[in-house]
Amino acid sequence: MMNMLNKLIGWIDARFPLMATWKGHVSEYYAPKNFNFWYFFGSLALLVLVIQILSGIFLTMNYKPDALFAFASVEYIMRDVQWGWLLRYIHSTGASMFFVVIYLHMFRGLMYGSYRAPRELLWIIGMIIYLALMGEAFMGYLLPWGQMSFWGAQVIVNLFSSVPFIGPDLAIMIRGDYVVSDITLNRFFALHVIAIPLVLVLIVGAHLVALHEVGSNNPDGIEIKKNKDANGIPLDGIPFHPYYTVKDGVGVIGFLIVFSAIVFFAPDMGGYFLEYNNFVPANPMKTPEHIAPVWYFTPYYAILRAVPPMFGSQFPGVVAMGVATVAFFFLPWLDRGKVKSIRYRGPIYKGFLAAFVVSFIGLGYLGLMPATPTYTLISRILAVVYFAFFVLMPWYTKIDKCKPEPERVTFK
Amino acid sequence: MTDNVDHGKRRLLIAASAAAGGVAAVGAGAPFVLSLQPSERAKAAGAPVEVDLSQVAPGTMISVEWQGKPVWIVHRTQEMLDLLPKNNGDLADPGSEVPQQPEYCHNASRSIRPEFLVVLGICTHLGCSPTFRPEVAPADLGSGWNGGWFCPCHGSRFDLAARVFKGVPAPTNLIIPPHKYLSDTKLLIGDDSKGNA
Repeated sequence: MMNMLNKLIGWIDARFPLMATWKGHVSEYYAPKNFNFWYFFGSLALLVLVIQILSGIFLTMNYKPDALFAFASVEYIMRDVQWGWLLRYIHSTGASMFFVVIYLHMFRGLMYGSYRAPRELLWIIGMIIYLALMGEAFMGYLLPWGQMSFWGAQVIVNLFSSVPFIGPDLAIMIRGDYVVSDITLNRFFALHVIAIPLVLVLIVGAHLVALHEVGSNNPDGIEIKKNKDANGIPLDGIPFHPYYTVKDGVGVIGFLIVFSAIVFFAPDMGGYFLEYNNFVPANPMKTPEHIAPVWYFTPYYAILRAVPPMFGSQFPGVVAMGVATVAFFFLPWLDRGKVKSIRYRGPIYKGFLAAFVVSFIGLGYLGLMPATPTYTLISRILAVVYFAFFVLMPWYTKIDKCKPEPERVTFK
Repeated sequence: MTDNVDHGKRRLLIAASAAAGGVAAVGAGAPFVLSLQPSERAKAAGAPVEVDLSQVAPGTMISVEWQGKPVWIVHRTQEMLDLLPKNNGDLADPGSEVPQQPEYCHNASRSIRPEFLVVLGICTHLGCSPTFRPEVAPADLGSGWNGGWFCPCHGSRFDLAARVFKGVPAPTNLIIPPHKYLSDTKLLIGDDSKGNA
């Protein structure tokens, strides 16, 4: 039996690099041995991607991308399709959990300097994934054709119309109509189920290839490739399989416990994962009393609202929001610190990172709230803190007093 | 053999074929991009809408759909009209200088007949539909409120001539769509051509 299997593998290997791929990316990919809790989120993001694609395919079998039928078809999935409620709640919970996992994954990168040389391109590919994911989530949110779907899309598409000169035509081009309509719904469906998922899968593949080319960073932020044994294997490296497949397996189990708890006991998460107004069919004649984007967009939304109109145009706010997302791309070149990991950074970087986290969460909260004068003032202060983290980075990372990095990785 | 390669000619041919291929790719891509424009059906959907004004009681508002957007028709009372000039100091564009209305509505009440305001119910900020708040000085909008609209999305405020207040996110007054009166109680929205009216 084993002999047969070996023969089959040999036959394939003569025609396709099966074992070479397995070895290069799994069984002989040497990852630092000091990975901690924060290193769960990369593999978890991959898991959520698979969950979303699977549940999405099955939802597509019963969903109708037509303004007349979309809302009812979602209700049909919820009430009449066998187990449809579960598929839909898995998909809606997956959307929010995708962002939970990605934000923690990105925070890990900030803490341990994972964006620093030689991983700049890896970081940039990751940021493209993040932007694609935001587009995917935004377009998916229109599909249930509820009040929040409609008015959320209306507001976001109108952001583009504030671009000078080409704006109004650009917005019409995105909607395919003068208002968000059946035409918009139909094209967002196409982009949500075909175009962006294809792109996502491709760039996630590129993200992994880039990662395995440069090798993983680790909580100490030092390069394990500097210390190799006689066979050229990093002294502080362990093969991804079986060590990290097993470790990530523990992460998967922990994650699925949380995920299932949400799916089965709180699928709307108190209105944060599924907003209550979205249980009302879209009505282009009436905006709900209070509209807010889903929680994962609210930090940027709060920045948008914090910027007052200038020269009779909303464009500066839109630019601020765009810059807030794109700023991450430049981190590899903004950071001038001598060390990568927060473990060996001085107090100044730690202070700025803490302030950034507070501003991100604070803005996220304010983006959910109505815009009162007090809240707008706080949003403005937090937005300044948010941008200061990036703008002042070349300065404060340079003057910060770093501790010496160890020669070999440590366990804490 | 390899010494005979004409590198200059090779580069020229590569550049020429890349350029030709590029032009072909752009040409082939054009239909895809152009298909994203509004379809003929979407363009044709903007037919004018006729409204019976007798159903709008004084001091109230109705909302009708035109081109998929809400159009409000407000029957303003004399008190409402008298309060309009009081807002002027707090408005961003009290004289409606920004062309957000047809020329025949470029006046103090932004209307053809002052008692009827016809306005597109889409906030000029990000396209929400503001809420009608005709009452004077309600608790949540402050004592200076003389009636108008409040946008729930981002807090923009407009008075009863759909003029925007200063210091709110919306940059301009609400849009007055083209319209005309067919008779004393018949209004046509979306068409202001003279002639067989």
